[in-house]
Amino acid sequence: MEIRVEELRKSYGGKPVLTDLSAVFREGVTCIAAPSGTGKTTLLRLLLGLEHPDGGTIAGADCRWAAVFQEDRLLEGLSAGANLRFALGAVPPEAGETLARLGLELSDPKPVRAWSGGMRRRLALARALLAPAEALALDEPFTGLDGENRARCLELIRRAGRDKPVLLATHDLTGLEDAPVVRLGNG
Amino acid sequence: MASNAASKLRPWSVAFWLLVWQGGSMILAAAYPHGGLLLASPVQAALRLLELLPSPAFWRAVGNSSLRIFGGFLLSCALGSLLAALAAGSRPLRDLLAPLAAVVKATPVASFIILALVWLDSRSLSLFISALMVFPPVYLNVLEGLRQTDPRLLELAQVYRIPLGRRVWGIYLPQALPYFRSAASLALGLCWKAGAAAEVIGLPADTIGERLYMAKVSFQTPDLFAWTAVILALAAAFEGLFLAAVDALAGKVGY
Repeated sequence: MEIRVEELRKSYGGKPVLTDLSAVFREGVTCIAAPSGTGKTTLLRLLLGLEHPDGGTIAGADCRWAAVFQEDRLLEGLSAGANLRFALGAVPPEAGETLARLGLELSDPKPVRAWSGGMRRRLALARALLAPAEALALDEPFTGLDGENRARCLELIRRAGRDKPVLLATHDLTGLEDAPVVRLGNG
Repeated sequence: MASNAASKLRPWSVAFWLLVWQGGSMILAAAYPHGGLLLASPVQAALRLLELLPSPAFWRAVGNSSLRIFGGFLLSCALGSLLAALAAGSRPLRDLLAPLAAVVKATPVASFIILALVWLDSRSLSLFISALMVFPPVYLNVLEGLRQTDPRLLELAQVYRIPLGRRVWGIYLPQALPYFRSAASLALGLCWKAGAAAEVIGLPADTIGERLYMAKVSFQTPDLFAWTAVILALAAAFEGLFLAAVDALAGKVGY
């Protein structure tokens, strides 16, 4: 599978955010590296179909996506299991194991608003990893995570990248030195 | 979604106003030859209510009025919520319904009652008036709630291809329920007031409004207060039950 963008342009209020960006994303983890505010989120939103480019082309992105957004975007009043049911329709059989690998408990009945920021972030990642998606868009998925949890998440992200493109927007490439990097802005 | 503590009734304050009522009634009774007719005491009203309770006619009136007034409330809740859901996604429909909601909200209920008497038979009057009173707050509040829906959750639903039914249950319902609850609480009080007033004017047989009218023409102030207490009790009971059901639903959808 291949997602290709060519000469992609996007600006907000006359201020260019992406200028003639061309890149190809294939199976595996591809990092999108850039300082804050230089188009990482915009690129992912364009690929997810949440926004339209001002110019250029996107090919191969009309597939089934799952995403971790800049915010967790969880239903705060519901438990982890109910959040998965909402997004995925059912709790997949492997959900318990995936959550356990991320240091979370699927059977925790508490609403996620009672969870810490790091736990909610990992649940948002688990939701994306468990979705029946053909491509993943992960926008700063390690926000608020300590070193140990970051490593746990990275392991599962790498595993997901074995059979699908995983676009990982981050400003911190620690542990991702071997992954191809698309650099935006002055990043 | 707990009830507002500031508006809770305290036993001591209720007792205070009952004593004021009792005192006022006793003063009037002592000051004028038929002063007791002007203001029945709470004791007289309570005794009259106890007399009425075993009578089948009492329960028939309570049943008929409740069915029509609460029926109008439920009908309008359903219609108001449905139209709000449609209008939230359609600017032309929103614009089309705006004058209707504004006019119904601002027009004196008496005008609608007279008009409805021309159109409808008196039995349908309280249902129609109750529905009319409930529509604006439910429609406007639910619409406002839906328009405040978090667009980030809608984007999530779009990316994960979440079907409409699950979006309604997981995003729209938790968003609209607090607005609906506050409208329902206000509307339940309104519909009983307006519904009973409609019955007093339209005089449908075997209704609370008819009994209120009979109390007025026969100067039976204990009856008037007894039936008024019945209306208050019914309004409180229906409000308690309905809001408990809304809260239970809110708990299920994780509000």
